[in-house]
Amino acid sequence: MAKVSFHHTDGNVDVLDVDPGTSLMRAAVTNGVAGIAGECGGQAMCATCHVYVRPEYLDGLPEISDDEDEMLDCTADPRDDERSRLGCQLKAGESFDDIEVDVPGSQV
Amino acid sequence: MPRPGNILIVGNGQAGIQLVDSLRKEGHTGPITIIGEETHFPYQRPPLSKDYLAAGTDPAPLPLRAEKFFMDNDVDSRLGAHVTSINRARHTAALADGSTVGYAKLVLATGAANRVLTVPGSRLAGIHGLRTLADAETVHARLGEAKSVVVIGAGFIGLEFAAAARKRGIEVTVLEYADRPMARALSPVMSRWFAQAHRSMGTDLRLGEGIASFENDGAGHVAAAISTTGRRYPADMVLVGIGVIPRTELAEAAGLAVANGITVDTNMRTEDPDIFALGDCANYPSHHAEARTRLESVQNATDQARHTAKSILGTHDPTQGQAYKELPWFWSTQGDLRLQIAGIAQPGDETILRGDPSSGKFSVFCFRNARLTAVESLNHPADHMAARKLLARERSLSPDQAADPGFDFRAHAKEPQPA
Ligand SMILES: Cc1cc2nc3c(=O)[nH]c(=O)nc-3n(C[C@H](O)[C@H](O)[C@H](O)COP(=O)(O)OP(=O)(O)OC[C@H]3O[C@@H](n4cnc5c(N)ncnc54)[C@H](O)[C@@H]3O)c2cc1C
Ligand code: FES
Repeated sequence: MAKVSFHHTDGNVDVLDVDPGTSLMRAAVTNGVAGIAGECGGQAMCATCHVYVRPEYLDGLPEISDDEDEMLDCTADPRDDERSRLGCQLKAGESFDDIEVDVPGSQV
Repeated sequence: MPRPGNILIVGNGQAGIQLVDSLRKEGHTGPITIIGEETHFPYQRPPLSKDYLAAGTDPAPLPLRAEKFFMDNDVDSRLGAHVTSINRARHTAALADGSTVGYAKLVLATGAANRVLTVPGSRLAGIHGLRTLADAETVHARLGEAKSVVVIGAGFIGLEFAAAARKRGIEVTVLEYADRPMARALSPVMSRWFAQAHRSMGTDLRLGEGIASFENDGAGHVAAAISTTGRRYPADMVLVGIGVIPRTELAEAAGLAVANGITVDTNMRTEDPDIFALGDCANYPSHHAEARTRLESVQNATDQARHTAKSILGTHDPTQGQAYKELPWFWSTQGDLRLQIAGIAQPGDETILRGDPSSGKFSVFCFRNARLTAVESLNHPADHMAARKLLARERSLSPDQAADPGFDFRAHAKEPQPA
């Protein structure tokens, strides 16, 4: 199990235990974490699962693919060159063990 | 002040569930009832013909919302319940179990059902459609043993399924009556590119060849598909993807206008001021198509739901106007191929290529009377997102600009509209 913390703009935090192989997006949608939509079902096609990864967890994340990179240029809230990722492209056990992310104010 | 009346939503798919969410966000504090006949907890359909079919462990459906969503939002959600009729005069809906539910406003979000084949042998075991999670569970289980499958119809779902089956090493034949795949939705250039790509994945794509009948293995199971040219294709499994029919039966029986979907205005309202329809089942006046249309996509379901919530509650922003004008967009993933479409093209639109098709990353720009109508992008999300921006803002792009490789289309899409 990986521990994932979603920090919201209002200061609230959702902490989830996530099974290996499950993406941040799937974990958030399944558990009702506000502010993560995931409208394309995890295909890196909608950019509504945008998160800002906290700096201390950036090491060890997989490279950003070309597709993810292009979608990140089109997020509703501005992209952070270091910290922005698509939640559907980060999987527990594969991309991270524990992780903390900030949820943007808007996704659509 | 009287408590606001019940809003009753029939159908708990992509449109119905987004509507619940949007009604609460727009400030509706009164009761909401949402009824769905499927017994599964509401889930997303797009993965069912993609990731869900991959080999390996038991796949899990992706829910539309968390279970606690319904409690947190104080929603009366009923699964496995079927609405059989509507009484407009009394403002009630009847359920299969004999009960009735009253409404102040009624929303039909009933989606669509798979079109079924009627050729001889169509009811044999081993012939499947793919619309619901129940369908996908069956198809996933059967794929584990399948050696050769025949797909009827080279539409999005048929080809997504074909690519997934090829990834598992299964032999795949696709029979398509038209002379190119996805002909209804794609420009000829893009459609021909996909034909080639599926053939290089090892799929036997037979164009101009429909299904004539199925052969029985003697035990009631399909053994082969016989095409309209008389060819025989052995099959231990068949997937039928020949399109859908909007679920208009409730509306029709209630005397509401129906023509390729339930007829609604730009507010998603039917001719009955207390009844709305949206998503796959609704036929609406499309701003972008400049005609009535009915779309089948996640974007269409969710954007129309956001709009319908405002129409019901009267919370449209007066500066934005009341009419639904959201830009249609769509995606499909077929194996490693990622197709995205912004806007609505029509047969006969002029097409201009940007990028090199042989590189596997390019876009097709569609024009009608020199006006940009749609952009189809292959493995090129940046083009797609820029096209969405441009089309949504109705910012002009000339065919000459599109044809000029030196023209910075993405920068152009970001510029403010000249006064
Ligand atoms: C396999 C598959 C793959 C897809 N892939 C994509 C894709 O990649 N991209 C994309 O944009 N779109 C895709 N789509 C289309 C998208 O899923 C649909 O457009 C969307 O689900 C439509 O939402 P809806 O709410 O209008 O209808 P639905 O999701 O069909 O929901 C309607 C619900 O209403 C229920 N219902 C109907 N009548 C009654 C009644 N009388 N009583 C009770 N319940 C009733 C139905 O059982 C159904 O559950 C795909 C669809 C399928 C099937
Ligand atoms: S879920 Fe759509 S981009 Fe991640």
